[in-house]
Amino acid sequence: MSELFLARLQFGSTTIFHFLFVPLSIGLVFLVAVMETLYVVKGDDMYKRMAKFWGHLFLINFAVGVVTGIIQEFQFGMNWSEYSRFVGDVFGAPLAIEALLAFFMESTFIGLWIFGWDRLSKKLHLMCIWLVSLGTLMSALWILAANSFMQEPVGFVIRNGRAEMNDFFALLTNPQLFVEFPHVIFGALATGAFFIGGVSAYKILRKQEVAFFKKSFNIAMIVAFISGMGVAFSGHAQAKHLMESQPMKMAASEALWEDSGDPAAWTAFALVDSTNQENAFEINIPYALSYLAYEEFSGEVPGMKTLQKEYEEKYGEGNYIPPVKTTFWSFRIMVGAGMLMIFTSFLGLLLNFYKKLEYSRFYLKGMVWLISFPFIANSAGWIMTEIGRQPWTVFGMMTTSASVSPNVSKASLLFSFLSFTAIYTVLAVLLVYLFVREIKKGSEHTAHVDKEVAVDPFDQGAYL
Amino acid sequence: MIALNELWFILVAVLFVGFFFLEGFDFGVGMASRFLGRNELERRIMVNTIGPFWDANEVWLLTGGGAIFAAFPHWYATMFSGYYIPFVFVLLALIGRGVAFEFRGKVDTPKWIKSWDWVVFGGSIMPPFLFGVLFTSILRGMPIDEQMNIHAKFSDYVNVYTVLGGITVTMLCFLHGLVFLTLKTVGDLQERARELARKMIYGVLVSLVAFVGLSNFETDLFSNRGVVSVLLVGLIVLSYLLAIVFLKKQRDGWAFGMTGAGIALTVSTIFAALFPRVMISSIDAAYNLTVYNASSGNYSLKVMTIVALTLLPFVLGYQIWSYYVFRKRVDGKDMIY
Repeated sequence: MSELFLARLQFGSTTIFHFLFVPLSIGLVFLVAVMETLYVVKGDDMYKRMAKFWGHLFLINFAVGVVTGIIQEFQFGMNWSEYSRFVGDVFGAPLAIEALLAFFMESTFIGLWIFGWDRLSKKLHLMCIWLVSLGTLMSALWILAANSFMQEPVGFVIRNGRAEMNDFFALLTNPQLFVEFPHVIFGALATGAFFIGGVSAYKILRKQEVAFFKKSFNIAMIVAFISGMGVAFSGHAQAKHLMESQPMKMAASEALWEDSGDPAAWTAFALVDSTNQENAFEINIPYALSYLAYEEFSGEVPGMKTLQKEYEEKYGEGNYIPPVKTTFWSFRIMVGAGMLMIFTSFLGLLLNFYKKLEYSRFYLKGMVWLISFPFIANSAGWIMTEIGRQPWTVFGMMTTSASVSPNVSKASLLFSFLSFTAIYTVLAVLLVYLFVREIKKGSEHTAHVDKEVAVDPFDQGAYL
Repeated sequence: MIALNELWFILVAVLFVGFFFLEGFDFGVGMASRFLGRNELERRIMVNTIGPFWDANEVWLLTGGGAIFAAFPHWYATMFSGYYIPFVFVLLALIGRGVAFEFRGKVDTPKWIKSWDWVVFGGSIMPPFLFGVLFTSILRGMPIDEQMNIHAKFSDYVNVYTVLGGITVTMLCFLHGLVFLTLKTVGDLQERARELARKMIYGVLVSLVAFVGLSNFETDLFSNRGVVSVLLVGLIVLSYLLAIVFLKKQRDGWAFGMTGAGIALTVSTIFAALFPRVMISSIDAAYNLTVYNASSGNYSLKVMTIVALTLLPFVLGYQIWSYYVFRKRVDGKDMIY
């Protein structure tokens, strides 16, 4: 194991772990805000209980998302110091702005929301949760602006061997950001929605608080269906954009070794043989890749061998083909999971509309399992995006092997990797344990607990 | 006119002053919960005094880190890679502490709560100690080579001077937290917090004096910026002397102001002593990282200045509002954690 390998392993695993919680937080807080809005507008106490119950689950998740995010901000410097030196001028700014604009907002207003039920007016309290939601969206915007720079560097000049920012506006209007941001946000909303949908399905199956969870389910499925469609459309836009910005990633995600020919067929399944640079077996759907790439039923897509030659001329000797199997299959897992989610959310809306939801036990059981799907899709999507960009950290400018800290030893890396893995494993176990506990107790309990703490066990009547 | 990289040095200093002032007291409360709480309820009250605030306080650190990254990429790269293992421990502590607040009240068994209380304690005592070690060793100088990379031995991180620095910062935070508790609690608990704070101040003063004394030999604190350093150190001592008086008179708000001023001035002293360097090389002064050779380009700094100066008033505004909303003392009612 080399230092580079360990640094990559640590960055990959901590980032994937962090990004299990982030989309769930973004999605849940949005849905909780919607529920509390319904409470304030309609005055129905059920919506308040709803906001509190799902809010409890959100908070458990949010805490883990926040603390695992601290590592993210520090490890660019810790593990990727050469990268930080080279692009800090451009890349650091969105990170700093993210903290200043989004983290302060989230953390302050979440405190006000948790502790403010009885101290703030209904409307002020509602404003707090919407500001938390806005904060999570801002946070996503800035970190994705930073990531978009890695996919498609814009707004900089090379001076003294470093990338220096010369156009802030270009960073914000990076075409990559315009396709990446909606894709991630819709994905996050779908994640929150499927979580609520799946948990509600579980409670309905057990015939606990059926009215409450049917309502939750319905709200969730509306959001799930809309955002599922949003994910698909923005994903398609992203694929189209990929043809211009990173054709190599596109070719790798299609396991396309040679040029496709015109029109290009889409490969649904392939036995990829990376050593001989060919596919032993494939199932093709004619025309489909042309459509994916150009929105037309004609047009050739360049293969990896062609691109490799092009890149060698442009960037010099080297292997510019990313790990093909990983890119190919992560793309298919993401798309498959996404399709299934759109279909099941639509089915859920139908079943609810025709008042058949409670009796569709098979469907409800399926929805409980489907909780895992958005997480799989999110992870697969990021694996495809980041692995598919290899060997680059910043496309066309800096390779991953040149980015790593030269002064961090193997022993240090091994120590950090093992300790982060250990603490994350503990966190994951505790989180699932707490989720299951809270879910089993149900919404009556959360309302009850909040009342209990308001009863005074220690009244001494002395205030400021 | 002040250059933008100098302005950003000041802004980074301000962010770290804000971090130690704010998170300082919630670290302190975390430490105090172990010593001061006689039972579960008291410990719970203490954790709840910082409940609505600790998360936002910690963001000062994240923003400080982000600001260093954006304004001084070389500083960020050198410091975070050079202090790799200390930062791993800081991260583990902050992770444990963060979830401990959220998780401790979720299951109602003594064993569960007790375990999390230990995590709160460990997670609150480790970061200030490690940051103390970090800043004092930066001031003392680290083996930074021509490529701006630190290749340090264990004794560069841990030696008498840096450990004393760590202990001093930890004590400053502990005291600050105790005084915060006198502001936010009632009755017996408040009395005990005040009593312990009063004793602690003498410890803090001894440790500070020892630290400043050693600094005279280990660093160029006084030779580099003599008048300013003497003045700042004088003000620090004065703050803590005044804190003794205010605590005696039970003017807790004023006492809190003084322990806060003590922390703010201590952090300012370190930053003032560093300037214009941000990392000192013990190998050769030519390898020092300074605000001039470690900073981002002028364009980037200009953008960041505009963004920061626009946003900071809002951030301060709503943070102050949140402290206003939760100005009441925590007495066992309305506890969430």
